[in-house]
Amino acid sequence: MDASTWVAKRPEPSALARLFDYKPFLIAVCLFPAVGLLVVFLTYPLGLGVYLAFTDTQIGGNGKWIGLLNFIDLMEDPIFLQSVWWTFVYTAIATVGKFALGLWLALLLNDNIPFKSAIRAIILLPYIVPTVLSAIAWWWIYDPQFSIISYVVVDQLGLRERYYDFLGEPWPARWSLIVANIWRGIPFVAITLLAGLQTISPSLYEAAMLDGASGWQRFRRITAPLLMPILAIVMTFSVLFTFTDFQLVYAITRGGPINSTHLMATLAFQRGIPAGQLGEGAAIAVAMIPFLVFATLFSYYALGNRKWQQGSDND
Amino acid sequence: MTEAAKPLSSINTRVDSEVQGGVTEAEGPQMMSWDSHTRRWVVVYIPLLIFLFVLLFPFYWMGVTTFKPDSELLDFKNNNPFWVANPTLANINKLIFETDYTHWLVTTMFVAVGSTFLSILASVLAAYAIQRLRFKGSDYVGLAIYAAYLVPPSILFIPLAQVVFEMGLYDTSFALILTYPTFLVPFCTWLLIGYFKSIPYELEECALIDGASRLQILRRITLPLAVPGLISAGIFAFTLSWNEFIYALAFISSTENKTVPVAILTELVSGDVYHWGALMAGALLGSLPVAIFYMFFVEYYVSSLTGAVKE
Repeated sequence: MDASTWVAKRPEPSALARLFDYKPFLIAVCLFPAVGLLVVFLTYPLGLGVYLAFTDTQIGGNGKWIGLLNFIDLMEDPIFLQSVWWTFVYTAIATVGKFALGLWLALLLNDNIPFKSAIRAIILLPYIVPTVLSAIAWWWIYDPQFSIISYVVVDQLGLRERYYDFLGEPWPARWSLIVANIWRGIPFVAITLLAGLQTISPSLYEAAMLDGASGWQRFRRITAPLLMPILAIVMTFSVLFTFTDFQLVYAITRGGPINSTHLMATLAFQRGIPAGQLGEGAAIAVAMIPFLVFATLFSYYALGNRKWQQGSDND
Repeated sequence: MTEAAKPLSSINTRVDSEVQGGVTEAEGPQMMSWDSHTRRWVVVYIPLLIFLFVLLFPFYWMGVTTFKPDSELLDFKNNNPFWVANPTLANINKLIFETDYTHWLVTTMFVAVGSTFLSILASVLAAYAIQRLRFKGSDYVGLAIYAAYLVPPSILFIPLAQVVFEMGLYDTSFALILTYPTFLVPFCTWLLIGYFKSIPYELEECALIDGASRLQILRRITLPLAVPGLISAGIFAFTLSWNEFIYALAFISSTENKTVPVAILTELVSGDVYHWGALMAGALLGSLPVAIFYMFFVEYYVSSLTGAVKE
């Protein structure tokens, strides 16, 4: 049998198989489920939310276009203004706390300690467990009568006369929420920063120590700049999710006492769903968007740019 | 850091003692031992133990409260609140037999498994198209999908409630199964793109030359090699859907369709008297499935968490 009489033995693929091998068709088929889900349940609702913010829609009824009226009303609403102020304060304090403590914990874990992987696994628990369920545990810890903190401070140590009223007054309630939020946020920050720390080559520290750099100098000149790119990303996510936090506040205080701990998200929920004012709720939610865009761009450009400033040889 | 520091400082002392004769010989090792023991306890171990205590205490407190009888629960004067003198299963009993708890567990499991499955399916196909089929603008599609992760549920739930209502899905588990992918798909797609990148393209080229179709390549070559990535994505998606709260709170109204986190907060908290024992039992049992699941796959979990951030 010479080459000219050789016949392909492979059977001709069916029309369907050929269709699925046609690249543009295959790309369309592969992208369809993801893009379809995201367009229907994310892009469209996002647009709808912006539209709803300019209407007086209520649950079960069609609203009509009222222009900026929702926003004008909100600007004169002391509860809304307070929630905006508190959302910023909550995000700022909780983020600083989370990153200070999380970075500290990451540095501790990066030190050659025994049972490292076991400790790392245990530390992530507050992040894994449903937030609402751990929030209920915090609620119980903050109970006015049976708080374990009050028990230790008042009954055991005798440092105070009266039990703490954690959630009954505005400021104690706010601090209680911030503590719970920091508690929940530390693991995520610590584990991701630890991953960043582990990518820094030990030879850099050795070189710095030969040059006589102190511990603080090593942190300031090697750890901090090399950690900055990953820190920027972690911080973007952390700020984004703290600013739009809902679960902790809803579970522990539900916005009380006297609306003093309402975040914008919980206020939007309260106005939008139980009270049925979809338009007003949507307006509160839409009011968060400019900040989210600003925070994302800021951390992306301001913090993330360090990566190319220091050159790419260590990446 | 000290891993590198130890050999170095020992070199230093050796050099010092050689230079200065026997003077530092007695001081050197002493300082070293203070440095590596006492100082290490103060600087590393004690702060670490405090961190562990604070991070774990709420769970311990949750567990202890679950097994306390009411008499101990509400009386700190005659009992040590940190321990259970007479453990009881009354709270768990009450939770399981006097509420719909088992029903909520089944619903949550159904929703978590359903949305995880749907998200993984969509993400695998999308990641394959973006990373392997490569087309004009595929990078932008990838970026757009990832940007979707930056849209938080708190600004979406109000319009989504209307969408769900118009689709006739309000108060059904399908409302949750279809909406959870909005935050699961972006994350899983990004994770899988990273995994697909690590698989040599040559393998696929060989298969193409041997006459395999694109779908056969995906099924026989790419997917089996991406199994660790699939597991990571699956675990992450499962935990996130188990923990989801705001959509479940907004889209479900009837008691029997609620998921565990929502049901505990809205059904067990009634009036002014809180049944702390039952509440804590509910929180503990609701946390256990994810905690156990997590313990089996810790390494995958940590790698996906850190890998996603590093990308």
